[in-house]
Amino acid sequence: MATLKELKGRISSVKSTQKITKAKKMVASAKLRKAQAAAEGARPYAARIEAVVASLAAKVGKSPSAPKLLGGTGKEDVHLLLVLNSDRGLAGAFNANIVKAARDKANELRAAGKEVKFFLVGRKGRPVINRLFPKMTTAQYDTTGFRELAFANAEEIAQQLLDMYQAGEFDVAHLFFSKFRSALLQEATGQQIIPVAIGADTPVSTGAATEYEPDEEAILADLLPRNVTVQIFKGLLENAASEQGASMTAMDNATRNAGDLINRLTIQYNRSRQAAITTELVEIIAGAEAL
Amino acid sequence: MALHFELVTPAALIRSEDVYMVSVPGSEGDFGVLEGHAPFMSSVRAGELLIQKSAGAEMERIAIAGGFAEVNEGGLTILAEHIG
Repeated sequence: MATLKELKGRISSVKSTQKITKAKKMVASAKLRKAQAAAEGARPYAARIEAVVASLAAKVGKSPSAPKLLGGTGKEDVHLLLVLNSDRGLAGAFNANIVKAARDKANELRAAGKEVKFFLVGRKGRPVINRLFPKMTTAQYDTTGFRELAFANAEEIAQQLLDMYQAGEFDVAHLFFSKFRSALLQEATGQQIIPVAIGADTPVSTGAATEYEPDEEAILADLLPRNVTVQIFKGLLENAASEQGASMTAMDNATRNAGDLINRLTIQYNRSRQAAITTELVEIIAGAEAL
Repeated sequence: MALHFELVTPAALIRSEDVYMVSVPGSEGDFGVLEGHAPFMSSVRAGELLIQKSAGAEMERIAIAGGFAEVNEGGLTILAEHIG
């Protein structure tokens, strides 16, 4: 049985932990609001550019002269997994879930005989992926030092990615990030970004004869790299919101657990205090009777 | 009797309003868009957007660093990555 002093020490240490988790939860909920607004602000642009690319892609089709970003390189041997992680922990399973999604995809591709490479963004995914798939990380992007990821960061990542694509280092790129559904629910998702995956739900063009300047293919060639950037930017923002959401939930749980622990320890403390008092009383009474 | 004009950047929807005319620095020359313009798509070079709220009104200038313009039945949409 722990002594009274030990118990007291443990109670105060759990209390100070609880203070930290409580503060972190409040910080996360304040940041979440901001991150969520940013993610929502990015939606109109992403939605429009997607619609335009889809309608242009449907028009240009899979002609041999179509840009490589649309038609692909003609092979699918080397796959690049662009994995977006955060730099900080204390966010529950947020980073682990993204890494898990990427790992499953990598294993699936390797089982099919494809070569897999990694492009890692953020600090938290690196140790795990480097351990699971040693020597397969070809590029990484450091996000420490940026308080909030801006469009400029997405541009830099996209530029690096497009340069690698031009150099023929990979044929297909997938993007892994955590989709923000709500503060309680984040979903690690993977999505193909190069070549552009054209969904079956491509809106059919209105039939109005649209004029193009310079021409469809030139516009498409201009828009496709932008589209990649926007997809990455969207991933970064969704990730930022998800991270705060996950952090909030995790810290809320931690605070509640700490509260439970404090209650349990307090009961134990009181019991042993009472036991000590009873023993003392019994000793005094026994002493008095003996006289 | 107005043109619906939207200016969108990756960070936010900057403008969404009805205006009289917008002049856009297209990659193959400036073009003005009034209400009822034929469907049209163009890439945009770095330059200035000129926005006129009503006929004869003062021009408002917004610098943009390239982008993309689309005119359809819904109006004019400009996608720009950086605006000044």
